[in-house]
Amino acid sequence: MDRRESLKSMLLGSVAGGMIITGCSPENETPPVPQKAESDGYGRTDYEKAHDEKIYEQVFLNEHELETIAVLCDIILPANADFGSATEAGVPDFIKFIVKDMPAHQLPVRGGIAWLDNYSNAEFGSQFKFLDPEQQKQICDLIAFPGKTRPEHLAGEKFFTRMRNLTLTGYYTSEMGVKDLGYKGNVPNNWDGVPADVLADHSVSYEQEWLDKCVDPATRSEIAEWDEEGNLLNG
Amino acid sequence: MQIAESQKTYDVAIVGSGAGGGMATKILSDAGFDVAVLEAGPFFDPAQDEYRTQLRWPWESPRRGASSDRRSFGDFDAAYGGWNIEGEPFTNGDNTDFWWFRSRMLGGRTNHWGRISLRFGPLDFKRKSIDGLGDNWPIGYDDVKPYYDKVDKLIGIFGSRENIPNEPDGFFLPPPKPRLHELYYINGARKAGIPVIPSRLSILTKRINDQRGMCFYCGQCNRACQAYADFSSGTCLIFPAQRNGGKVELYTDAMVKDVTTDREGKATGVNYINKNDRKEYHLKAKVVVLAASACSTARILLNSKDNVHQDGLGNSSGLVGHYLHDSTGASRTAFIPELADRKRYNEDGVGGLHVYTPWWLNDSKDLDFPRGYHIEVWGGMGMPSYGFGFNPNDLHKIIGGNVGGYGNHLRDDVKKYYGAFLGVSGRGESVAQKDNYCEIDNEVVDQWGIPVLKFHYQWTEHEVRQAKHMQDTFEEVLEAAGGVLLGDKPGADRNYGLTAPGQIIHEVGTTRMGDDPRTSVTNKYNQLHDCENVFIMDAGPFVSQADKNPTWTILALAWRASDYLIDQVKKRNI
Repeated sequence: MDRRESLKSMLLGSVAGGMIITGCSPENETPPVPQKAESDGYGRTDYEKAHDEKIYEQVFLNEHELETIAVLCDIILPANADFGSATEAGVPDFIKFIVKDMPAHQLPVRGGIAWLDNYSNAEFGSQFKFLDPEQQKQICDLIAFPGKTRPEHLAGEKFFTRMRNLTLTGYYTSEMGVKDLGYKGNVPNNWDGVPADVLADHSVSYEQEWLDKCVDPATRSEIAEWDEEGNLLNG
Repeated sequence: MQIAESQKTYDVAIVGSGAGGGMATKILSDAGFDVAVLEAGPFFDPAQDEYRTQLRWPWESPRRGASSDRRSFGDFDAAYGGWNIEGEPFTNGDNTDFWWFRSRMLGGRTNHWGRISLRFGPLDFKRKSIDGLGDNWPIGYDDVKPYYDKVDKLIGIFGSRENIPNEPDGFFLPPPKPRLHELYYINGARKAGIPVIPSRLSILTKRINDQRGMCFYCGQCNRACQAYADFSSGTCLIFPAQRNGGKVELYTDAMVKDVTTDREGKATGVNYINKNDRKEYHLKAKVVVLAASACSTARILLNSKDNVHQDGLGNSSGLVGHYLHDSTGASRTAFIPELADRKRYNEDGVGGLHVYTPWWLNDSKDLDFPRGYHIEVWGGMGMPSYGFGFNPNDLHKIIGGNVGGYGNHLRDDVKKYYGAFLGVSGRGESVAQKDNYCEIDNEVVDQWGIPVLKFHYQWTEHEVRQAKHMQDTFEEVLEAAGGVLLGDKPGADRNYGLTAPGQIIHEVGTTRMGDDPRTSVTNKYNQLHDCENVFIMDAGPFVSQADKNPTWTILALAWRASDYLIDQVKKRNI
């Protein structure tokens, strides 16, 4: 059932009524092994699917605001030699969604963009997104360094900090950003401790007495057996 | 409209499918009983892709895993609901800030919990004998030990044999090797003179049978495991009970309202609301097991009034809802400069800490607070989710450099500090107080028309002083680990960082057990003093909670109570 159908079924109340014995039992008799996603969802309940659907259908930020956000995203995080920019990682789409999903962002983002445009108009006679990069940089320098901001620019600083946070969190939770960060997990593996070169780098080591207690990756698939005292007999 | 009657009369109606309800389901159905399990939320099986959040990437969620009112611990956490349940409120009395975490789904909160599975020790059942506070349990460690042993073998737990008197060893699988930040913690603890041992979590580092897989070290136990390699009630108790040919019928989305009784006051079943058609049904049963969680069970009892039980079922003592208590909690974080700019590798490990510090001062005479706490450890190079990258270079305030800015140096800042933190959290024992309680709020009903709970809860000086001791210890151990402490040390004005009651999600004690019906709600076999065919198998019967996480004791006591129930039915006593 796709998202739309499931929403429809909820609205129509077509969920089975009456006695609700769910004869459900586990789908797999044997333990499953981790596998690739079979469905497009991410484990949502019907209630959550309906919420997501509602958010997707809403419009909050207008075209001009989204274009300004895209410009800001790439000022905050431009491409480098190895990885793309924030917009290339899809950050504006994330911000477009999250501002709808978390209403507390709405007024500060909308007001912040307007503040930026007001300032740009007063200073350079044009909206921020139309300024040349050097002019944009001049404005950013006034609001990008908390602790050094002039009092009359503090609203701009708050906005810029919010945009920096949303840009970075959007980037580092994207596929590109996770790769850039170098996070190596979220895959099945057989943990066997900190790599030796890392231990050496940090001048730490495992105590032998501690290691003796730990699991042996080689024999762990044998079914555990204990004596009556609770001593493990195999591994 | 009339209430629809169930066609048949079940041997047992089990209300709630979490740890206690799951264990009752397994033991009673294995014994041949015909059981109905009533769960207030939907079906859930982490092995089926439509429910799966494990091994998903942050970008699979449009909000990048952020928490919401729909899942308090984030999009990928397995627990539906949390601090808020839409349409099912609760209220707080004056000066009370009680937090109540509920998860409506098959398996309840066992789907996402931390899997820390500590046995209560001999001292933990008899604390009044030591400090004169609260009450002793009517049972001791020796009564429960055989059941802890059986739970270890049935469900699986890793740990190490340490021969620490009040931290009893069990039938352990071998623990995983510590991660790097945990080695820093070990060094800090050694210097500070406090013990540190391998943690004890119900996760299968080694195979225990052919029905469940082994841990594949994704570090995501809170997302529920598709290989069934950690404990949750559905995957380890209810599904195996069904596979074993047990007569188990699951009623999901069934919100139990009250226990029904006959003229003599004996239970005859339960009334529940079917959340899908909003109608009320009566399910008939010879025995009722309440395992809806300590507070939900108290709510059901207090909402079950009849001519025999005028103040609520099982409430002749007036104590249902009273002695509610949660664990204490406090935390601190440090930046470890030596961990800055570290090498990358996969250190997800199991879904929780690999090492911890058990309470080490049982013999101390110098403390200004009773009871104790253990210390949990966290840190490492985890998977990013919403919030990662916020304030990326605030640490420059400490080590120098511009805060904020824009451009590619932000990448360097984020990478530099990634995985360079060590955090510790204390989890301690509070002293159960009669004046801390939940009651029915007569003015408020939930969307099913059922009167809701109102909480009254204040910490005492005991818990505040314990939190102060935690903060002092945290400073000592984190500095000894080479850490730069972050944030201000919380002082008396903030109760030393003591969490609000309920926030540790270890609420227990609302139907405490005892030998005297005037001062307790159940007997030592979790059976209501006032109604012989009703048993309480969640954490309600706990007299005191120890500094141990309650789940392993819920499981052991539910098994023990189920054995007693079977015996009583065989003897025709109920």
